[in-house]
Amino acid sequence: MIAATAAVAFVALSSAAVALFPRSILVFLLFQGSLLYAYVARIPGWLRATLLGAAVLVLMPAIGTYNGYYLEVATQVGAYSWAIFGSPHANVLFGGTGFPLPSWWFYPFLLIGLTVAAGTGVVLGLPVLRLRGDYLAIVTLGFGEVIRVLANNLDKPINVTNGPRGISPISRPPLPLEVSYAVGFYFLALLIVVVVILVNRRLEDSHIGRAWEAIREDQLAAQAMGVPLVRAKLLAFASGASFAGVMGVVFSAKQVFINPESFTFLESIGVLAMVILGGMGSIPGAIVGATVVTVLNLQVLKGLSLWLNELKNAGVTIFGYNLANLPTQLEPAKYERMIFGLILVLMMIFRPQGIFPARRRQRELGEQ
Amino acid sequence: MSAMFEAVDVTKTFGGLTALQRVTFALDGGIASIIGPNGAGKTTLFNVFTGLYRPDTGAVTFRGRPLVGLRPDEITALGVCRTFQNIRLFANMTAAENILVGMHSRIRLGLRDVLTRGRRFVDAEGALWQRAGVLLERVGLRGKGNEIARNLAYGEQRRLELARALASEPALLLLDEPTAGMTQAEAGTLMALLRRLVGELGLAIILIEHNMRVVMEVSDRVTVLDHGEKIAEGPPREVQADARVIEAYLGRRAATGRAVP
Repeated sequence: MIAATAAVAFVALSSAAVALFPRSILVFLLFQGSLLYAYVARIPGWLRATLLGAAVLVLMPAIGTYNGYYLEVATQVGAYSWAIFGSPHANVLFGGTGFPLPSWWFYPFLLIGLTVAAGTGVVLGLPVLRLRGDYLAIVTLGFGEVIRVLANNLDKPINVTNGPRGISPISRPPLPLEVSYAVGFYFLALLIVVVVILVNRRLEDSHIGRAWEAIREDQLAAQAMGVPLVRAKLLAFASGASFAGVMGVVFSAKQVFINPESFTFLESIGVLAMVILGGMGSIPGAIVGATVVTVLNLQVLKGLSLWLNELKNAGVTIFGYNLANLPTQLEPAKYERMIFGLILVLMMIFRPQGIFPARRRQRELGEQ
Repeated sequence: MSAMFEAVDVTKTFGGLTALQRVTFALDGGIASIIGPNGAGKTTLFNVFTGLYRPDTGAVTFRGRPLVGLRPDEITALGVCRTFQNIRLFANMTAAENILVGMHSRIRLGLRDVLTRGRRFVDAEGALWQRAGVLLERVGLRGKGNEIARNLAYGEQRRLELARALASEPALLLLDEPTAGMTQAEAGTLMALLRRLVGELGLAIILIEHNMRVVMEVSDRVTVLDHGEKIAEGPPREVQADARVIEAYLGRRAATGRAVP
């Protein structure tokens, strides 16, 4: 009962605070913390569903119209959450979609994007079937680079991707209600995230998911127990890539402009960081990881370097040293990446299983 | 020439080492044991039987179907399943989930069933979990279904491996040293269970075993391998008395009856 009251109060207070101080990063972090608390607290299921539902369906868009910046963040979190289940290089394929067609084609293209990306996953998966673990990761990241370079050069002989100049403008989908694009994309991303989570949970809780886990645990034993390795692995590649493909369509429509620079190596690493930070093999972990990384990169670290820059510009003196004399090599803006890296290293030392490690589900068995 | 399981002239070399030299083996039912000193090629033979290795020459057939060239999962689907000498459970999955993976080749659900989660899926999945419970009970792991495999005791892990192999509904079961690390009493219980499986389910079992008391007690027939060659085969009593077998295990002097200094 105490936990329930605390959760309600926490969410209510922090959302009020966000309404009062729309520009404060700390308050926004507090709000996100309250959602996390509502998720983990020992409260009845219906209360949790109501609180979180209210937060994502009502509070976030409301805050969003109040201050467009937050919605930007939320949509990006949504856009990133899915990517975790796949590889971002599938996005690249979506450079050419949708732009000469009428804008409602966007919706069928979600499906086409899914199919084409799944096919790409299979094609890329075939040559790497023999690899496992780190080697597999290295090769898939390499493929990401190959595709980016390909997109960069595919403006001749036939102009498919328009090379480094990118594609613009990409038409935006018609929205069913009279809402702003920011709100519309937020709900679209939310809807897709929900579908992706649902699909993942169903896969996880079936013979397919168990076969995947068994392959991760001991590939040889899995095959000896009757799991067809090639088929199971290709299905994993295909489903991962298809999620990325769907989101790639949304991404391109939202950005209106894409070029190969939208899909750099750093993006792939960023997605990997989300998964590892959140906890591998765990769906809530992936979402939390995506939130943490996105908020860190877009708000906390940016804010920090802005603040340091202000100190420098104001010529504040610390320990008798005037910050205005800082050499350009030590620009505060350069600390951003360093601190992010430091956080990752500390996480790996103190909590290598991630924020929300995967938990095993307990089941009732037919043993009486 | 129509035994249920048959291997003819199986040879397997690794570089210059001949691990198996024209081994012939047939089984129609019951429990057959394969014994031999370390490095005799027993596990290699299992690996050839289950498709992990491809023999250089020779044929392996099960119910008239050639197994050489098939993938391990295809062989499992045909009804030949195994356990491993060094336990290879899916360590971070629960005991019940381990068993469910064993059922993989018998599951007739498609991707569409999984994603729509219709009645067909729910019923089938429910039956699988039900059966996992029955199998756990059968090997004496009742109530351990939700335990993570890695946390089980050594003997329990061995029995879980057996249950996982049984889950694939095999007609022929290959057990690689199932009693290793067990006490004599535990080994006795396990052998009683194997006997029951043969009696009730009509299972055929090939056993690699070092525990001679177990071998002599439970086997209908014993095959002895040494340096990759079959040196003896027959009922336990006969094999026990075979001079070549004693030589392989204890050396020439013991075999010729001279006193060992």
